[in-house]
Amino acid sequence: MYCASARTPAACKITPPYNIRMIAYLIRRLLYALPILIGVNLLTFALFFVVNTPDDMARMQLGVKRVTPEAIVLWKQQHGYDKPLMINHAAAGAKQFTNTIFWQKSASMFVLDFGYSDDGRNISREIVTRMGPSLSIALPTFLAGLVIYVSFALLMTLFRATALDIAGVTLCVMLMSISGLFYIIGGQFLIGKLWHLVPVSGYGGGGFKFVVLPVVIGIIGGIGSSSRWYRAIFLEEIGRDYVRTARAKGLSELQVLFIHVLKNAMIPILTGVVVVIPLLFMGSLLTESFFGIPGLGSYTIDAINAQDFSVVRAMVFLGSLLYIAGLILTDISYTLVDPRVRLS
Amino acid sequence: MNFIPVILWSDALVFLLLAVSIAALCYVRRHEHLLLPWRRVAKSRVAMGSLLVLSLFLLVGGLDTLHYRVALNGHYSPEVLSVFDKLAEPLRLQTEKTYSAPLAMTLYAMESTTDANGRVVRSYPRLKYGGVALTSSAQRNGDISRRATLGALAGLFIAVLVLLRVKRGALAIVIITVLIGTTVSLSFAYHVLGTDKVGQDVLYLSLKSIRTGLIIGTVTTLVTLPLALFLGVAAGYFRGWVDDVIQYVYTVLSSIPSVLLIAAAVLMMQVTIDTHPGWFATSAARADLRLVFLCLILGMTSWTGLCRLLRGETLKLRELEYIQAAQSFGVSSMRILSRHILPNVMHIVLIALVMDFSGLVLAEAVLSYVGVGVDPSMISFGTMINGARLEMAREPMVWWSLAAAFSFMLVLVLAANLFADAVRDAHDPRLNRT
Repeated sequence: MYCASARTPAACKITPPYNIRMIAYLIRRLLYALPILIGVNLLTFALFFVVNTPDDMARMQLGVKRVTPEAIVLWKQQHGYDKPLMINHAAAGAKQFTNTIFWQKSASMFVLDFGYSDDGRNISREIVTRMGPSLSIALPTFLAGLVIYVSFALLMTLFRATALDIAGVTLCVMLMSISGLFYIIGGQFLIGKLWHLVPVSGYGGGGFKFVVLPVVIGIIGGIGSSSRWYRAIFLEEIGRDYVRTARAKGLSELQVLFIHVLKNAMIPILTGVVVVIPLLFMGSLLTESFFGIPGLGSYTIDAINAQDFSVVRAMVFLGSLLYIAGLILTDISYTLVDPRVRLS
Repeated sequence: MNFIPVILWSDALVFLLLAVSIAALCYVRRHEHLLLPWRRVAKSRVAMGSLLVLSLFLLVGGLDTLHYRVALNGHYSPEVLSVFDKLAEPLRLQTEKTYSAPLAMTLYAMESTTDANGRVVRSYPRLKYGGVALTSSAQRNGDISRRATLGALAGLFIAVLVLLRVKRGALAIVIITVLIGTTVSLSFAYHVLGTDKVGQDVLYLSLKSIRTGLIIGTVTTLVTLPLALFLGVAAGYFRGWVDDVIQYVYTVLSSIPSVLLIAAAVLMMQVTIDTHPGWFATSAARADLRLVFLCLILGMTSWTGLCRLLRGETLKLRELEYIQAAQSFGVSSMRILSRHILPNVMHIVLIALVMDFSGLVLAEAVLSYVGVGVDPSMISFGTMINGARLEMAREPMVWWSLAAAFSFMLVLVLAANLFADAVRDAHDPRLNRT
């Protein structure tokens, strides 16, 4: 199949076996990700250290007014900001570059060494312990949400251009016009406070009754925009020639929809879905902070409120790392579902 | 009364945006092929209804954008007011002591008072302004329904006057005028949506929030549009290293989760603002600059999507015959871009901008909750929700601030979504119209 489109017979012979090509493809993708991560790293460094100097940060942490220069020097010393930004002229050899803020605070993130937060905790360890709670909310929300959104969209596609479809789309537009905060506040009030079905907030080691409310609210919050999006994808597919062919050979509408349309809609669906899978580790800022779940989302919010820049910096880097991992996963998933996608 | 007009940064940007929109409008009016999709929008009843609602919001936001400072014996008051503040002066100045429910005549919480005999009595104190004309609570329902009916009738009268000139959309016009008439009539004697913790009228706060939401939704496009348009088209047309550099920049920016990037940038801006208190003449100017910065940052994070779309479309366009014909005639690149490519990607730009608006309005509330939104002293849906959220635990619950903020937001965003859908359907060349 690959040979048919190659220009010369020689090109056919040197095509290596599939798994080797896959590995080469992966390595290329990983190499391509590296400059992007470097860009992110430089950007965050510029944002956090060049726009405002470490002196400004120290003054901010110690209270803007009435700060003695000694206190600033001490703060910088305690937090390791008492070095030059990029090049240390006082040091010799490689130390000129390594004994700097850039090397120790920014470049070190490449080996996942995020340093210490302002209250002296190891950020990397904190991230590892907080991933679990984040995942226990985000993963069920993601999986159940995906199934529900796609089923709802398929239902609307099946009954397209009928009153049911119009009602469904209207519902979707209504739901997506409501603020995400409303779902959380309203859900907490209705289910937690009024009906006393589950605790309003808390984590309790991940028990079912603590997890179920945030998951349900997360799913409801996404129904509007996601279902509408999937519906648009399915409608686009259903207008294509292969669908007409399938109908012409006598398949029922259900068979057409579930076997042909769903399969062919996989590429656009995967594009939107796979990329967020690694980001599930980060959790959701709003949900976690409203429900008091000790995950990475609430960690980030706490850091923002406490203006703990080292944690925010770590989160920015981790977020883009996971996003890039998602992009690579997306590309791999293409090659799995669509034989037309080449490993080149 | 002496006053000096004040043009805050956001005001200037709004005026700029207005000028651009008017110029675009004039341009479209003179070109029939550009007018055609808008005629399709005008035929849609849903679109026209939502446009009516949106223009009311725009009116409030616009009045709230004309700022001034009053002269007080020799110097100017530090308080920056707007024309809307002046129009809604009773609402702004009639503040109660603390919470009161919608249309209430007493405060929400009991207080201890000493009566004529010197005994301590716990009772609900009367409001200073809400329902003062009444002597007993028994009259309240009658008074409310009398005022509501009067207001509704006045609204109906205005609707009839309007409908003498405008023949379409009778239902929408009647609903809106009756609603406004009733609200205005009731607001002369009551706090229609209650008061908040410091006794401010919630209706006034909700109306003031409109400007903040509109600015976030519109001024952001001033940043997004030039970046996305210029870079996207350039990347798609020139290919080669230009394309590589631009792709690299937007991949880096879009690889950072946007909330985190916004949080990081806003935190840094906060440090800069806090370390330079001397930059701002008034607290309104400081809050306003923060709002403008927020728009800037939101724009920086949201141009990448549109840029990618435009790059893809330009890649497709540059292979078409008419572009190749222009190239072989020796037309310069700049001229090809401006005369042949740009007009053919404008529908994508327009669709993206109107679709983005509602998302930005919703994002403001979330960002303010996270603590990286507008200045806490600036009235916005986000700060309203944030302030009211903590009162959820009270018994009986203080629900009116939250309800007001969410309802105003719902109406604004729903109208914007419906209008955006109509604009997209009318401009989408893929839809087959015969």
